[in-house]
Amino acid sequence: MIKEEEELVRTKVKRQAMTDYLTPSVQNIKPSGIRRFFDLVNTRKDVITLGVGEPDFITPWHVREAAVYSLERGKTQYTSNAGLPALREAIGQYLNDQFQTPYDPANEILVTVGGSEAIDLALRALIVPGDEILIPEPCYISYSPITALGGGVPVGIETFAKDKFKLTAESLEAVITPRSKVLILCYPSNPTGGIMTYEDWLPIAKVVEDNDLIVISDEIYAELTYGTKHCSFSAMPGMRDRTILVSGFSKAFAMTGWRLGYACGHPDLIAAMLKIHQYTVMCAPAMAQYAGVEALTRGLEEKDRMVDAYNQRRRLVVKGFRDIGLECHEPEGAFYAFPSVKATGLTSEKFAERLLEEGGVAAVPGDVFGLGGEGHLRCSYATSVSNLAEALDRIGGFVHKLRQG
Amino acid sequence: MNELQLKVLELLKEDARRDADLIATLLGAPAEEVKQAIAELEHNHIIVKYATIVNWSKVDDEKVTALIEVQITPERGRGFEGIAERIYLYPEVKSVYLMSGAYDLLVEIEGKNLKEVASFVSNKLSPIDAVLSTKTNFILKKYKQDGIIFEEHEGDDRLMISP
Ligand SMILES: Cc1ncc(COP(=O)(O)O)c(C=O)c1O
Repeated sequence: MIKEEEELVRTKVKRQAMTDYLTPSVQNIKPSGIRRFFDLVNTRKDVITLGVGEPDFITPWHVREAAVYSLERGKTQYTSNAGLPALREAIGQYLNDQFQTPYDPANEILVTVGGSEAIDLALRALIVPGDEILIPEPCYISYSPITALGGGVPVGIETFAKDKFKLTAESLEAVITPRSKVLILCYPSNPTGGIMTYEDWLPIAKVVEDNDLIVISDEIYAELTYGTKHCSFSAMPGMRDRTILVSGFSKAFAMTGWRLGYACGHPDLIAAMLKIHQYTVMCAPAMAQYAGVEALTRGLEEKDRMVDAYNQRRRLVVKGFRDIGLECHEPEGAFYAFPSVKATGLTSEKFAERLLEEGGVAAVPGDVFGLGGEGHLRCSYATSVSNLAEALDRIGGFVHKLRQG
Repeated sequence: MNELQLKVLELLKEDARRDADLIATLLGAPAEEVKQAIAELEHNHIIVKYATIVNWSKVDDEKVTALIEVQITPERGRGFEGIAERIYLYPEVKSVYLMSGAYDLLVEIEGKNLKEVASFVSNKLSPIDAVLSTKTNFILKKYKQDGIIFEEHEGDDRLMISP
């Protein structure tokens, strides 16, 4: 290289600011709306929060104790990359028993650091830059950013309160192009509480088949349904090999802090995800995995007790909003209500901000969850009955004041 | 006892101040049925009383509680019933259980101080003819009662907003 050329290269890579080192995809990710609202809430005291997307229960004692016991026995080493064989066995057994989705613990189940890692691994294994990733919205806030990080193009599909926020075959078909590759499903849904039944899934499965899509089905709220038993997309005829089933322990077993989840699917897909997993995190935390075995083998009764409690609170919240005069579709899963605040004439964001300021209640404005979220409020009922009653009281007072002008 | 009654009991056991309307909402049952269920539970003495669990150690005039193991000669024909009644009718006596094992009755006594409890045992309990022996155990500290842990509950540590 001649001297002048060398000089040129050097000046060309000279960066002005630290951020110039960052990849464009990271730079382009906007801070999450949840984060922004969180900062706002943190400036206030005496707030009752309906903004929390995690159980208010503490992990059942026998599960905690199993982790403590694993530590006492000195089980402090790495586990196999795919996860403890005993845990994979337990997951296989549990999924088959509860949702009729059989997976082979030997090569079809991968234990991950939360459902979050499983979603990330799946997308990283699948996305070639330019691929379109189809995402029914409103939805969990991570899908689009992770897609974008991998160079994929997130394509939202709006769902509506009038359809109970179900995905329809027509709206799915309408967004499909030759670049469509992955469909991300999340039912029961965060933030809407919508679910999908066998009959709802049938036409979706057909579109998936016809268009050769791969599905990432985030079923982390599968246990939290009220009235209808959860129907896994992977259990639909012909869909097992096209589906990566993602789940975890956070919601059903009140284990958010343990960071334990899993992905199940075709051995080739799981093998690919395992490659990324083993080079990035090695394995999920050992003590969490021992706790996971306990949760799945002896924790179902405690889980049922928690689901029962959520169901009671769900009734209280839905009735509460309707009594206040805010439209609220009946959430049939997860632990969120998604009432509409359109009748007040305020945007989600304005409503949430003023409710926080003037009513002392925090709930997440629906627009942060993507298409179709505007005009709604996400209210988590994973909090005590007395908190909920007080929050509803305050919301009622606030809405009444709004109506008075 | 039907399922609704059982559910009502569970909810009232958690918090006795819940009213029938709230319970009806929580259970998705008609308020009338819940009111009826509560009335029946009260009538049948399944709900015996609505009480408050107090952590007396936080109150200035703290009370002294003793658990007394009592050995008894049972009465012909009535077994332990008559003696148990004689004992439980004293207002100082908070609870009486018939036990299997090394002694027959477990009697819980509450008094203002040690002296008061001791005098009850020596003046009232021991002199009963059928009472063979007593062994008094004072409660030093209550950690948990009726499933309720006395220690200050840790607050809600969750983030105010999360995904
Ligand atoms: C739909 C959905 N998927 C995944 C997660 C993340 O779960 P985990 O704690 O297992 O990473 C959440 C948490 O809020 C969620 O709502």
